[in-house]
Amino acid sequence: MKTKMLLAGVTAGVMFAGSVLASTLDDVRARGKLNCIINTGLAGFAAPDDKGNWTGFDVDFCRAVAAATLGDADKVNYTTATGKTRFTKLAAGEGELLSRNTTWTFSRDVDLSQTFIGVNYYDGQGFMVPKALGVKSAKGLDGASVCIQTGTTTELNLAEFFAGNNIKYNPVPIETNAEAQELYKAGRCDVYTTDASGLYATMMSFDNPSDHMVLPEIVSKEPLGPVVRHGDDQWADIVAWVLRAMMAGEEKGITSKNVKELAAKDNKDKEINRLLGKDPLQGLSKLGLSPDWAVNVISQVGNYQESFEKHLFPLTIKRGMNALYRDGGLHYIPPIK
Amino acid sequence: MTFFSNIWRNEKSREIIVQIIVLFFLGWFISWLVMNVNANFEALGKDISFEFLFIPAGYDINQYLIDYNNRDSHLRAGIVGLLNTGLVAFFGIILATVLGIALGIIRLSKNWLASKIAYWYVEFTRNVPILLHILLWHGIIINTLPHPRKAISLGEVTFLSNRGFYIPKPLTETGIELVYLFFVIAIIFSILFAKFCKKKQDLTGIQYPVFWINFSVICFLPLIAFFLSGMPVSLEIPALKGFNFRGGMHMSPELAALTFALGIYTAAFIAEIVRAGILAIDKGQREAAESIGLKPSKVMNLVILPQARRVIIPPLTSQYLNLTKNSSLAIAIGYMDLVATLGGISLNQTGREMETMLIVMLIYLSVSLSISALMNWYNSKVKLVGR
Repeated sequence: MKTKMLLAGVTAGVMFAGSVLASTLDDVRARGKLNCIINTGLAGFAAPDDKGNWTGFDVDFCRAVAAATLGDADKVNYTTATGKTRFTKLAAGEGELLSRNTTWTFSRDVDLSQTFIGVNYYDGQGFMVPKALGVKSAKGLDGASVCIQTGTTTELNLAEFFAGNNIKYNPVPIETNAEAQELYKAGRCDVYTTDASGLYATMMSFDNPSDHMVLPEIVSKEPLGPVVRHGDDQWADIVAWVLRAMMAGEEKGITSKNVKELAAKDNKDKEINRLLGKDPLQGLSKLGLSPDWAVNVISQVGNYQESFEKHLFPLTIKRGMNALYRDGGLHYIPPIK
Repeated sequence: MTFFSNIWRNEKSREIIVQIIVLFFLGWFISWLVMNVNANFEALGKDISFEFLFIPAGYDINQYLIDYNNRDSHLRAGIVGLLNTGLVAFFGIILATVLGIALGIIRLSKNWLASKIAYWYVEFTRNVPILLHILLWHGIIINTLPHPRKAISLGEVTFLSNRGFYIPKPLTETGIELVYLFFVIAIIFSILFAKFCKKKQDLTGIQYPVFWINFSVICFLPLIAFFLSGMPVSLEIPALKGFNFRGGMHMSPELAALTFALGIYTAAFIAEIVRAGILAIDKGQREAAESIGLKPSKVMNLVILPQARRVIIPPLTSQYLNLTKNSSLAIAIGYMDLVATLGGISLNQTGREMETMLIVMLIYLSVSLSISALMNWYNSKVKLVGR
């Protein structure tokens, strides 16, 4: 134990930032900015636009949390993280929120002491191949070289899928999506595997997207969602209800266009009134949010549908599992009462 | 009062006092660091535990020198990674040493062109960061070599493609024992013969071409045994099957790129070390050796290099250490070394950053210390004795 502690001391210098004494909300308010950890670059989810501003589905969620807590969606500092560094960065306090296509798993939730606050995108791992390869099913990939983005759940799913089907393969682990794309394009790998959403995003960035295809097999469950540090329930609740507010917006037909109007009048649907601050919402003050928090989120960022259609429709991603429950999807939020 | 001022004025006791104070502050600083880590870990709800080493790793590794599958433990995955690190360091050190010594000697050659080429090689290579060397070689291999289906074939047994190099794999059959036996006999003979010749030379001054005789014996004796026992070796020829070649021995583009990059980069430094070592020898030594009629090759091998070796070995050791440590850049191209397995995927899958990083650091430390110890031992063998 003693030696262990001594050794632990060697790298202690990097751990200073870990202190979590004050409440996260106070930290964010005092700074006037939300620190949000996002992907290093994945079209549709987090990628810089032509003006150099981060944009995407995951970036929108950072903006929504900033709108709810600070009243301004633009008050966000973005920190990028690879699959490998994201949890370390979150734990070390480099951000209050990790919004980076992160799969919710038991060990990440429990063993890494993080709090997954919900699912904003239901995904599953798939395979992309060049059409010229003539492969129609993932089961026909015996002996193939497979590029994997490392530091994800992907490696384990892949090992389980191939072992389960008695297929041999040659894994080529790559650190970031961008490098993996290069290797795939150069023909170092026959197949590129990651979450299906990532595959579509990657494919759309190619010169000839139609030369490639995503195989029908989806080999895993990948519920992706935002993550916060363990231990601050107030902050976890805030982030969770921002996500639910965006979905409630879609459910109740509140959009960035009509939200101001709906907030001003007395609606028949009292849930809209409560969400938009017209009628009191019991316990809102415990979250430390102002009554117009949801108005800020929806007016500045949009509801779930708007964000999804803006960023993911261009990648030819369909709503599928990510539709609301009433449309046959999986998103079902608790009532705003 | 006078007692203390006396202690302080005494040089010896003052030294001890200062050292005690420094030691105290050092100990205080370290314990503060440890306490800080513990406090922060507690605040984060984390503990330090090494149990994760024994649970199944769950991921596959594309190159393993010992048996490995994804049901093996993280510990074993780490060992596989360590062996991969060792493999690339081994190849890299051989390449760097051979190339470096050759370049160092060429650099001193009287041939203007040869010496300039060596000069530019050294300057160009060592002034570009090693990571770029690695990416460059990897890029060259995967972008210029063809897809396996159009692989460059050398005599239909060896294939070059952007998935790596495939060569036939020798498979031993019964009867191979005779070849091994003859090989051992040849080695024993060579050692005895070398001793005999040394004695003979000491007594009579007569020289035998020891090297060539021993070389032929070691080569031909096993060869004779090979034919006598009816050629008990068959070749497993790599063949294209599905997406990739199967069978034979395979060198992945990552291993090749890393070996080339590390070897070529470090060779530039070794060349300079060798040159410095040779130039450090007083030119009187060369002139004296020449004046007693030694051939130029003998001058180099018997007079200059044995003395230069003493100058060369300490900095050469640190180049070997650098090469080994630089191999951790393998992660940039997806070569599964120690950093990529235990310090990469295992870290990420288990979330034990502190523990995995400590283990990886300790392993690099012990590997480096071992290389150091080995080279120090060699250094003490060649240093000046009893003069």
